[in-house]
Amino acid sequence: MRHTISLSLFLAAFWLLNSGHYSALMLSLGAISIVTVLYIVHRMDVVDHESQPIHLTLKFPVYYAWLIKEIVLANILVVKHIWLSNKSITPTIKTIKASQKTDIGKVIYANSITLTPGTVTVNMEGDQFMVHALLHESIEELEAGDMDRRVTELEN
Amino acid sequence: MDTLIETSSFLFLLIGSFLCISGGVGILKFPDFYTRMHAVGVTETLATAMILIGLMLQNPDALVLLKLLFILLLTLLIGPTASHALAQAAIKNGLKPELHKK
Repeated sequence: MRHTISLSLFLAAFWLLNSGHYSALMLSLGAISIVTVLYIVHRMDVVDHESQPIHLTLKFPVYYAWLIKEIVLANILVVKHIWLSNKSITPTIKTIKASQKTDIGKVIYANSITLTPGTVTVNMEGDQFMVHALLHESIEELEAGDMDRRVTELEN
Repeated sequence: MDTLIETSSFLFLLIGSFLCISGGVGILKFPDFYTRMHAVGVTETLATAMILIGLMLQNPDALVLLKLLFILLLTLLIGPTASHALAQAAIKNGLKPELHKK
C-alpha cells in the first residue's frame, strides 16, 4: 500500500511537471492516466520495495552527496589521462567482492561503480563483480572498500 | 546580481563544453573498446551536469528548471545501465580487453 501511494504521488508530480496546464479538463485527464498506469503496474505485479525503494529515501541524500564528490574527482582524473599520452593509462580487469545482501544494494553498488568514470562493472555473478578500470589505482581504491561499505550501510 | 548569474552560467557552459570535447578526444584516442567506454563516462556524467546547470542558471522559470533537473537525473540513471549492457555484451561475445603489462 505504501508503495502504491508513493508511486501515485510520484506520477502526479511528474505529470504536473511535464504539463504546466492547470485547467479542470487537463487535471482530470491527468488523474485518469495516473489511475490507468496504477492499474497496469498492479497487474504486472511490479509495485514493491524494488521499484519504489522508499525505505532508502532518508539515507539517499548523504550517499548522493558523497557519490557526486567521487564522480567529480574521477572525472578530473580521467580527463587528465585523456590529454596525457596513451602510455600513462594502465587498463586492468579484476574481480572484486560485494558485501551487499539484497539485490537492490548490489545494483546500487554496480551502478555507482559504472557511474564513476574510469571504472565499469562488466559482469556480475552472485557477489563477484568483474570490473574494468582505466587505471590500476582505481581498482585499488575500490578494493579498499569505501564505496562498498557506504552502500552496505545504505541498505541496512 | 544578473552579471553574477550570467558569468557563472557562462563558466558552467564553458567547462561542460570542454569536458564534452575531452570525452570525444578520448573516444578517438584510447586503444580499445573498454578504455573508450571510460571516455564516454566523462561526457555522460560531469559534462552533462555542467551544461544542464549552466542552462538552469539561464532560466529563472521554476518549471523549466525542474524539467532540466529531470533530464539530469534520467541521464545519470540511464547512462551506467547502458554502459554496463554494452560492456557485458562485449565480454560475453569474447572481445578481449587490452590489458596493461606490468
